[in-house]
Amino acid sequence: MHELAATPAWASLAYLISGILFILALRGLSSPASSRRGNRFGMIGMLIAVATTLALHGTGLVEIAIAIAIGGAIGFVTARRIAMTAMPQLVAAFHSLVGLAAVLVAGAAFLNPGAFGILDLVTGHIHQVSRIEMGLGVAIGAITFSGSVIAFLKLNGNMSGAPIMLPGRHVINLGMLAAIIGLIGYFLTDDAQWVFFTITALSFVIGFLLIIPIGGADMPVVVSMLNSYSGWAAAAMGFTLHNTAMIVTGALVGSSGAILSYIMCKAMNRSFISVIAGGFGGDSGGAAAGGQKVDRPWKRGSADDAAFLMGQAEQVIIVPGYGMAVSQAQHVLREMGDLLKEAGVRVKYAIHPVAGRMPGHMNVLLAEANVPYDEVFELEDINSEFSQTDVAFVIGANDVTNPAAKTDKSSPIYGMPILDVEKAKTVLFVKRSMGGVGYAGVDNDVFYMDNTMMLLGDAKKMVEEIVKAINH
Amino acid sequence: MDFISILSIFILACFVGYYVVWSVTPALHTPLMAVTNAISSVIIVGALIASATAGGSVLGKYLGLVAVVFASINIFGGFAVTERMLAMYKKKDRKG
Repeated sequence: MHELAATPAWASLAYLISGILFILALRGLSSPASSRRGNRFGMIGMLIAVATTLALHGTGLVEIAIAIAIGGAIGFVTARRIAMTAMPQLVAAFHSLVGLAAVLVAGAAFLNPGAFGILDLVTGHIHQVSRIEMGLGVAIGAITFSGSVIAFLKLNGNMSGAPIMLPGRHVINLGMLAAIIGLIGYFLTDDAQWVFFTITALSFVIGFLLIIPIGGADMPVVVSMLNSYSGWAAAAMGFTLHNTAMIVTGALVGSSGAILSYIMCKAMNRSFISVIAGGFGGDSGGAAAGGQKVDRPWKRGSADDAAFLMGQAEQVIIVPGYGMAVSQAQHVLREMGDLLKEAGVRVKYAIHPVAGRMPGHMNVLLAEANVPYDEVFELEDINSEFSQTDVAFVIGANDVTNPAAKTDKSSPIYGMPILDVEKAKTVLFVKRSMGGVGYAGVDNDVFYMDNTMMLLGDAKKMVEEIVKAINH
Repeated sequence: MDFISILSIFILACFVGYYVVWSVTPALHTPLMAVTNAISSVIIVGALIASATAGGSVLGKYLGLVAVVFASINIFGGFAVTERMLAMYKKKDRKG
């Protein structure tokens, strides 16, 4: 049997090179221009890691080739066919597979420690350090798996996005977490099967319990957090296998997910703990809506009005949100932008960090619709421009434009950075109806301003009508 | 490698990750998640070791093979979908 302590130097170097290539893959994403080269580096790194491992452990190659072919075909076809609007679900599904793979590898290592070089040949038991690493790896992997499955079901609409609140869930969760940590500690003294499998089972359950109380609108944080967990699971297994490529990758992915969660929390002015505690925000709101809604006057506009106002404008800023994704309005929106540009209007897009269901969701959809990325701006880069803008065109976004976040201390979204659309000369607000409120369940003062015109209807149909009106 | 060397690599890699990820442009955060997904499937290394083992636990070997399938879905799917997304990001002068 192969002892890992005796990994030859060339193999260690190869794993190191693949780790470096993974760093370069992420580094490439600092700009769209270098990103594709980065992705190639990532592929080469993976190829090196796989080839090195096969060269070291050269038995059972036929079965392995079949397994890779099956998995590769499924992955490749899915990646080619998936709609861009379904990207959040796909990423959640991929996370769950990383978690499950980590659990299976930990299980295989537990059942067959000799092959992984973690067997103490004197005592016939698994090395104590390895037990801790395996215990952590399997626990994080299992939480990643079951948590991602719930996230997938919520994002894919198989399960309501509304938070599901069990009574006493904090006590249950903390108790289970304590039990898992206690068992990993106990695993140190006794590497019996029941300990390992109980850790695994409890971790699967807590993964489900952790994600079910979290509402649909908090999914950007959840998806980022699970991204981070999948990295830590890979790193823990890297510790077990003494493998540099796995440790480096785990650390990269772990920090990446953690940073994304931090950015998302900051963009909602929520603490990470309050997101994890759950209960905030359902599918399209209403869950937390108070009873103090008053009827206030508002103006309704038509597609013709909108076409006229934007045609006369010098600059139009388009603010897309989740509603644009739901109605798949990105293509016709780009068409509208093109027509306006032909008429001499400057068109820009403003993206709030938490618009959509995952980090960067809106950017991908706009890119899919062929919107050039240098017309798309982040909140801090464009917010000062609204005061010199003729028309702010809000489509499918709501809370991220609500000025109450700046003024109303009692508002649940107080302190959240928002796009200052109310400063534009005219605000055109595309919205399905006046009844619904955003996920935070708060009314938006922008609806009732003198310079706001509400365009009620399905986002895609409304933009199609505006396009028709411009063409007239 | 002893535990302390591994821990050193891990901690230094966390710092590298921290700085590299902060330099990623927010417009590419979705591709970032897709590609991190693909590379975290380097866990396939462990799955391959489990599958390639002659002797020992048979169940362990099959767990390994199943893990190879899952990790491969992620590797091929993750890189392919990232490539597809990145190909869509275009600059202004190339109208299309």
